[in-house]
Amino acid sequence: MSYATALRCRECGREYPQEPINVCEVCFGPLEVAYDYESIARDLSRDKIAAAPASMWRYKELLPVSGEVIDIGTGFTPLTKADNLGRELGLRQLYLKNDCLNPTYSFKDRVVSVAATKAKEFGFSAIACTSTGNLAGSVAAHAARAGLKAYIFIPADLEQGKILGAAIYNPTLIAVNGNYDEVNRLCNELADKYPWGFVNINIRPYYAEGSKTLGYEVAEQLGWRAPDHAVVPVASGALLVKIWKGLNELSMLGLIGPVSTRMHATQAAGCAPVVEAFRAGTHIIRPVKPNTIAKSLAIGNPADGYYALKTIGESGGAASAATDAEIVAGIKLLAESEGIFAETAGGVVVSGLRHLVAEGAIKRDELVVAFITGCGLKTLEAVADSVVSPPIIQPTLASFEQMYGERAL
Amino acid sequence: MAKRRVTFTFPPELITEPVIHNLGQQFKVVTNIRRADVTEDRGWVVLELDGDDRDIDEGIAWVTSKGVRVDPVGGDVVEG
Repeated sequence: MSYATALRCRECGREYPQEPINVCEVCFGPLEVAYDYESIARDLSRDKIAAAPASMWRYKELLPVSGEVIDIGTGFTPLTKADNLGRELGLRQLYLKNDCLNPTYSFKDRVVSVAATKAKEFGFSAIACTSTGNLAGSVAAHAARAGLKAYIFIPADLEQGKILGAAIYNPTLIAVNGNYDEVNRLCNELADKYPWGFVNINIRPYYAEGSKTLGYEVAEQLGWRAPDHAVVPVASGALLVKIWKGLNELSMLGLIGPVSTRMHATQAAGCAPVVEAFRAGTHIIRPVKPNTIAKSLAIGNPADGYYALKTIGESGGAASAATDAEIVAGIKLLAESEGIFAETAGGVVVSGLRHLVAEGAIKRDELVVAFITGCGLKTLEAVADSVVSPPIIQPTLASFEQMYGERAL
Repeated sequence: MAKRRVTFTFPPELITEPVIHNLGQQFKVVTNIRRADVTEDRGWVVLELDGDDRDIDEGIAWVTSKGVRVDPVGGDVVEG
């Protein structure tokens, strides 16, 4: 049974049946899932959630699915108190939501788990996406689990490691020889023509809802409260918007108190359309051509950028950008202080957080959650030149002591 | 005949030019505006273009050459 009631246009409010559509036919605004919150409030409690399995699906009542879910073991990832990193950044209550520990090593498993479930409900025999990394692996893995075909479009010049991360699940992988805009256009045309569940096109309203589970989990793991600050990497902007939606849903249902979380966006300086609009004091996004090592955040024309800016404004948050050098420094600092090896988006969050503290947007004693959304093994090339190669010694004690001597004692 | 849903993003120097009117006049393309947010120095317009594929492509190429960015309404779909 699903508590979702309709798809609703975020702009004009028109409602549509729950079908594989993502745009309002009248105003072309994006569609979002609407729920029967009265029934959810009646049926859902902290105790019921706590008794459910430790996965994102413990919040199934708040997700738009009705049948058996396609689950490869996603969610309920650790929320770790990061005292060492906190000391470095001047924060006494810093927590890291570590989504490196999902089955395909990124938060994308949350959204794809919902998308794959929904695609199967709709009767599609295939799911599809266009990706430069994390999404490709997650879609391929969920398709394998669900017995669905997967069509995955990647740029022709994608690194071998990232191709392998998807290819191992044996999807149909297609490399597209074109620039970013051409690939975008091709995928929209494919979604119009082929009977696929294109996860972030015709399934997008459902897909995006999966990110709400990050908000639910953080609130539950903090002892049923919302943090003072959430620091989120921004690509399409949907993640930031949905964490905020998730926290507010819990509050509306009486599961947590009022939400006063300030939502902060972090982007790479080489692709920062949301940060630039925030600084310009406008909600109008000026699309940019991405030029950054943070490929997982390289969306120049973010679909939810406008809504991310609205959320930042409503919540009293801020936005900050990190240069490529700061991104690498952020990855290293996180690894060296907390033992968490994040991909480039994690470096953006850590360095962006440092800026937010320096600018006074976040105070020393406030409770901060930084969202680490993907594992560093996916972007080894970003840090390959900045870590020290090991010295070579002979297999003798003398050789070791000649090099290290008393330093090892 | 084809229909295409697009977003035009205007740079400041084109805000006062009737680009959408001229698109309809110079190409066999019917323009149907659905939503917009335009200020004195920036703006976007969401609209539907109706015509032959070739005419729409030529019209979009002309608009792009003027300095307007043209995107599908849903934003970028290539994700990390």
